[in-house]
Amino acid sequence: MYPKQEVVAMLLAGGQGSRLGVLTQKLAKPAVPFGGKYRIIDFPLSNCVNSGIEAVGVLTQYQPLVLNEYIGSGQPWDLDSMNSGVSVLSPYQQIKGTDWYKGTANAIYQNINYIDRYNPDYVVILSGDHIYKMDYSKMIAFHKENNADCTIAVIDVPLEEASRFGIMNTNPDGSIYEFEEKPKHPKSTNASMGIYVFSWDKLRKYLIEDEETEGSEHDFGKNVLPRMLEDGQRMFAYQFEGYWKDVGTIDSLWEANMDLLDPNVPLDLMDESWKIYSRNPVVPPQYIADTAKIQNSLIGDGCDIGGELEFSILFSNVVVKAGAVIEDSIIMPGCVIEEGAVVRFAIVSENTVIGKNAVVGARPEDIENKDEWGIAVVGDNLKIGAGAVVAPKAMIAEDIEGVE
Amino acid sequence: MRGNRILGIIFSNLHEKLISEITERRTMGAVPYGGRYRLIDFPLSNMVNSGINKVGVLTKSNYQSLVDHLGSGKAWDLSRQRNGLFVLPPFLDPADYANRVSTFRSIKPFLENSTEEYVVISDCDVICNIDYQKVFEKHIENNADITLVYKRDVLPAKLHDPMVLSFDAKGKVTDVLVSPSISGTCSYYMNMMMIKRELLIDLVNKCVSKNTMNFKRDMIQAEYNTLNIYGYEFKGFAPIITSPAEYFNANMALMNSEVREDLFRGDRPIYTKVRDDMPAKYGLDSKVKNSLIGSGCVIDGEVENCVLFKGVYIGKGTKVSNCVIMQDTKIGANSNLSYVIVDKDVTVRDDKTLAGQPSYPVYVSKESVV
Repeated sequence: MYPKQEVVAMLLAGGQGSRLGVLTQKLAKPAVPFGGKYRIIDFPLSNCVNSGIEAVGVLTQYQPLVLNEYIGSGQPWDLDSMNSGVSVLSPYQQIKGTDWYKGTANAIYQNINYIDRYNPDYVVILSGDHIYKMDYSKMIAFHKENNADCTIAVIDVPLEEASRFGIMNTNPDGSIYEFEEKPKHPKSTNASMGIYVFSWDKLRKYLIEDEETEGSEHDFGKNVLPRMLEDGQRMFAYQFEGYWKDVGTIDSLWEANMDLLDPNVPLDLMDESWKIYSRNPVVPPQYIADTAKIQNSLIGDGCDIGGELEFSILFSNVVVKAGAVIEDSIIMPGCVIEEGAVVRFAIVSENTVIGKNAVVGARPEDIENKDEWGIAVVGDNLKIGAGAVVAPKAMIAEDIEGVE
Repeated sequence: MRGNRILGIIFSNLHEKLISEITERRTMGAVPYGGRYRLIDFPLSNMVNSGINKVGVLTKSNYQSLVDHLGSGKAWDLSRQRNGLFVLPPFLDPADYANRVSTFRSIKPFLENSTEEYVVISDCDVICNIDYQKVFEKHIENNADITLVYKRDVLPAKLHDPMVLSFDAKGKVTDVLVSPSISGTCSYYMNMMMIKRELLIDLVNKCVSKNTMNFKRDMIQAEYNTLNIYGYEFKGFAPIITSPAEYFNANMALMNSEVREDLFRGDRPIYTKVRDDMPAKYGLDSKVKNSLIGSGCVIDGEVENCVLFKGVYIGKGTKVSNCVIMQDTKIGANSNLSYVIVDKDVTVRDDKTLAGQPSYPVYVSKESVV
């Protein structure tokens, strides 16, 4: 018998994140490294713990090995209690057949048993590809105050960007009267953050109904939420103020990392009252050599830095040899940047070696045709040979021979 | 490798007077070292990396910070269903832990109830990365009763009651001198040994019955003729903390890449309690050279030849050189520090100057405000 949990969180972590290309070739998007030591999933997981949520189901499907291993027992997030904590929920074989998670709503539907055993009043649906710090307990309190059936977190976005999001149009009391999915002419700028609070009895009913509806894509945004609105359920928009970023593309992932270096961006990872927990590597502190020059950068444990860094984020165990230059780039764990290599506006994935005098990426001002410029991305466990050149915007998935 | 035949025992409280300021409010084992560690991390990790999965930590007094650091032993993989970490404070009277022999007597139930055939014993004031499996192999090969780990070097100044050993060609101990006046290279005991558990219990019983309670003189010196005592030479980096200057030097030695490679080997990592700090942040005007920087540091000033622990802040216009700065200490703007050991949670306000000497670093105690 499981003790009752007032709130259960369900974290949708099955997405492939195909727009991240080589970065998600071998791992699910929520497992992508972020910010010099974290993985994206650390943010929603830490938010759950810091909000007092003790039962978290993580729904995995695409390339789950790294993610499952990372979550493990849940100990780093204090989610390894005896009768609650984190549970990794993969699709499974059932009496009536075997199914992948067909959509976001279907993924929750297939795990009704997991939720039921905690007998919760509320279920929070989260996604595993956003960087933000949020106290879900405040949103749940808002949900209760309004006696709502469903509450959707929204964030004010610039009008010109509003057509990229799902827009919630609300009455003055905050209740939602209309959804518009990626509208051409948005009526408001309240973008859905993909964070929902449901009263469990209502959600349960709608999930079962949706499962039986032919032609449904079993998706929250496309099917379940519109259906609830049609039925006149109490749906409210919860205004979130603070930093929130979808890191589903190379550009947004790069920007969100760089935001950590901007003192004007309200995403403080040093805040003791709202820590972001993660699995920590067992390595010594970083060593900064005589030859190093470091400006405005974040550096993880175990790094050995002899080169020049500017506006860059280095994860653990990165070696930067003397004479190498890294600017405006993200270097993931275990990479080696050899002497004379120059890395600019790039993301280099884990354990890759950038050879002597190789050049990866370029500054936008050094490129004539701006359409050819973009963040260069080098996949994991690759070798970029000495003197090789990786063009801006390139996405490298194989070794490149040296030219020296 | 589970079900190891060796039991680990760590003395966490010895020789604290040698660095009395740093150990005023903590045990030797809880002394911070190397930007993120406590001294006990080294013997604990060495034991765990050698396959040992039962370790008793002996601690006499001032052990709050040690217990806080160790927790359940999870960080060293010693939070186990079977065996794991045992913190062993005195049962009733701290005087029971007055010396090594009486300490062993006090933990006799622990020794007797353990099933491991051998015991490896270490102090906390020796910093090294040693593979006890190798010591064990030698111990078996020599059919030894006791194997003493030693180092061949000049005797460290102020080493407490040094025990100097002589050997025959096979490495068997042929002479034992305790606190000799000696200059030049010698083989001195590193306060680490391997012994059969039952023999340890017998020797302790014998000493207690005769009331001869000096470990080095009565358990080793008096027995080397009757027992098979062998030496095992440790050749790696192994400073012993015998003074604040030695503590300072042992930290500074980490600027040498060979020392770091020897101490923090990838195949035998040093584990420690984690704290979930963010990566270290270097500001726009930071200048950092030849330094070891812990996670969570924020550096807006200049740092040279320093060890900075987790969460240290260095303000704009400030220069710190040749310093050891422990965790969460904040140093304001336009200050100047050289040859200073700054303990935890210290605040150094703006425009302050503190300077020590290479042979005599200044020490600023925990939680003080300068």
